[in-house]
Amino acid sequence: MQTHQYDVVIVGAGGAGMRAALESGQRVRTAVLTKLYPTRSHTGAAQGGMCAALANVEEDNWEWHTFDTVKGGDFLVDQDAAEVMAKEAIDAVLDLEKMGLPFNRTPDGLIDQRRFGGHTRKHGEAAVRRSCYAADRTGHMILQTLYQQCLKRDVEFFNEFYVLDLLFTEVEGVRRTAGVVAYELATGEIHVFRAKAVVFATGGAGKVYKTTSNAHTLTGDGMAIAFRRGLPLEDMEFFQFHPTGLAGLGILLSEAARGEGAILRNSEGERFMERYAPTLKDLAPRDVVARAMANEVREGRGSGPDKDYVLLDLTHLEPAHIDAKLPDITEFARTYLGVEPYTEPVPVFPTAHYAMGGMPTTVDAEVLADNTHVVPGLYAAGEVACVSVHGANRLGTNSLLDINVFGRRAGLAAAEFASRAPLVELPPSPEAATVALLEEMRDRADGERVAVLRRELQETMDANAQVFRSEATLKQALSDIHGLKARYATVSVQDKGRRFNTDLLEAVELGFLLDLAEVIVVGALERKESRGGHFREDYQNRDDVNYMRHTMAYRSSSEEDGDGVRLDFKPVVVTRYQPMERKF
Amino acid sequence: MTAAVADAPVAGAVPSFQVTLRLRRFNPENDTEPRWEEHTVTMHGTDRVLDALHKIKWEIDGSLTFRRSCAHGICGSDAMRINGRNRLACKTLLKDLPLDKPVTVEPIKGLAVLKDLVVDMDPFFEAYKSIMPFLITSGNEPSRERRQSPEDRARYDDTTKCIMCAACTSSCPVYWSDGQYFGPQAIVGAHRFIFDSRDEGAEQRLEILNDRDGVWRCRTTFNCTDACPRGIEVTKAIQEVKRALLFRRV
Repeated sequence: MQTHQYDVVIVGAGGAGMRAALESGQRVRTAVLTKLYPTRSHTGAAQGGMCAALANVEEDNWEWHTFDTVKGGDFLVDQDAAEVMAKEAIDAVLDLEKMGLPFNRTPDGLIDQRRFGGHTRKHGEAAVRRSCYAADRTGHMILQTLYQQCLKRDVEFFNEFYVLDLLFTEVEGVRRTAGVVAYELATGEIHVFRAKAVVFATGGAGKVYKTTSNAHTLTGDGMAIAFRRGLPLEDMEFFQFHPTGLAGLGILLSEAARGEGAILRNSEGERFMERYAPTLKDLAPRDVVARAMANEVREGRGSGPDKDYVLLDLTHLEPAHIDAKLPDITEFARTYLGVEPYTEPVPVFPTAHYAMGGMPTTVDAEVLADNTHVVPGLYAAGEVACVSVHGANRLGTNSLLDINVFGRRAGLAAAEFASRAPLVELPPSPEAATVALLEEMRDRADGERVAVLRRELQETMDANAQVFRSEATLKQALSDIHGLKARYATVSVQDKGRRFNTDLLEAVELGFLLDLAEVIVVGALERKESRGGHFREDYQNRDDVNYMRHTMAYRSSSEEDGDGVRLDFKPVVVTRYQPMERKF
Repeated sequence: MTAAVADAPVAGAVPSFQVTLRLRRFNPENDTEPRWEEHTVTMHGTDRVLDALHKIKWEIDGSLTFRRSCAHGICGSDAMRINGRNRLACKTLLKDLPLDKPVTVEPIKGLAVLKDLVVDMDPFFEAYKSIMPFLITSGNEPSRERRQSPEDRARYDDTTKCIMCAACTSSCPVYWSDGQYFGPQAIVGAHRFIFDSRDEGAEQRLEILNDRDGVWRCRTTFNCTDACPRGIEVTKAIQEVKRALLFRRV
């Protein structure tokens, strides 16, 4: 075992982690731990853009952006946080440009902007050009640019280090952050990182679902570690299903396609979004479009031999325009489905995309231990966190914005805290729990395969906790998850070695997924209403009287019932906008 | 439009088929030298080489080790030598390969093999870092964005696409035979800034690349261009850097 000591340890090197590192690294001694290499992070898969009311191409302002974010999030957004994000969006984009990000340009040389789902002018009057973009590679450019800046400033990375535990020490009755425990993939060695402040920027958990746009590595590690250590997870029942995943594969095709004029059609050739969202049509928020697509399929108007997808039609767009604005996603269609988007419509269906929920934080990225108290020294930003700026449904582009605005804030806050706080003692045997977890799994002679359990988990989540949910389907999912958790206790791995044992790490990741799936389903069962990405067939309307509140899920553990989930609730912060009917 | 809808292609229309993978295995914990191992698996229409590797790892031998993440050609984790050519496993469809004989899968060359298909990427990332891959400017920062015309932006567009998978660098015969050469990816990374109208560090980068181990080692074999999964014209970018060095003008 090795022990390291830093002022700030950042876990995760995607957009949020690296943006935090740029702030923290130049102020205090900072280490960034990532289970990949920084440039492999899933920020790089984001495509369409990053919204900010620059007003470079038409009238716009941050207040409209705030309103759209709140309404898009079906009024579960904390409005003070949304306002912070929309205001700071402008500098966040300009900062990236100054760092060298190659945005597309207007003829005058300004950052170009385009339309995106749910982003409007004058509170919903019409779609507005707000998304700043670099073709359909905006996330790639953000990841590259932040990595380049980290190299320039000699940020210290620990690549292929899996953080598996978060350490606390009680000081004068208050639980304080002491550091993290990490597993080095190359050697199998355990490292304890002692730190004054820890920033979690570990990303999402899309792999709880089978059909997902998420990377194999998005297994919700940070969320699950926090949950296991007794911290709450907020609003986990809200998962976004992106409308346009490549049918059968889930690979993301950006909303930018529709922003540039592509149209969704059913098997009859009908532009069905005109029925569901008369004003914004194909550019309605994602939850609305995904539900409409699933409904078309359910009512028999799906395309293909099994009538199980709809079509994204770009054939009326000029090929030169497609090449300039949407080169990557059209190549995905060609590579993976053999479809030529110039002349053929592309088969698409909703794909699990984004966790609106996560570790609850303040607008300064401080992690909450309950509804009111923060955990001294612990910060979170990006998809792992829930500020909450996305509420019940995130607007397209607001995730790239979130990681930049709140990643920066997390880095600043952590560095500021570390510069005045003392280092707390490590708890006794800080590595013991992690070593026990790994050794038990590695040494178990025979047991079920990880891949079998993972597939069963993903299949039940796709079947029972996806776009449409009901008490019956959710109860089925919960019962399946309980069965899988019992079987997980006897899971074994074949690779017994120390070097690059990805077999072992996949087993650990499955444990995280099982915990998170349970939190998602328990929250979804309790929420007897439909709001944003959470749609209950048995409760089809939003219920502001009983459910305009955040869910706070805690791990519960009792001798009789074993591990479970306990729910509490937190009020939504409402400043300017009272809930209204959500029409688009 | 309606006709196009009626004729819409069918996802997964290609039937199931058997494929044999011939894998280069090496685990220094147990093996003294690399060995070949074959597995035959049943795969489906749109499956890629990565899916076959996963099937083997998840159903037959959990110790098979390779890197992967996004699984759609964006993160750059899974560059491998597939049938003797550098490709991304997640972007190579099995149905596009000749399946009457085994598909060979080996680690990329020129970087030390750590286990099975996993190589030591540190020298590769170090080479990138050495060309100062970040925007260099002087003077006061503008309050708004720096202006750049669409034409100036287009000049370096191709090299911004790089995902750092190392397919180009590890396909280069000069890189294989000489551990000192920067390799094509680092030159691509330098090109992206040298031809960016906002950047003022071209002189410094050109000086670095004018070194004994710099661009002049390139023998224009085009392996790198063939290998690039992003379709970057790597050799052309290297030639543009050479020309900039010769004429000291970008």
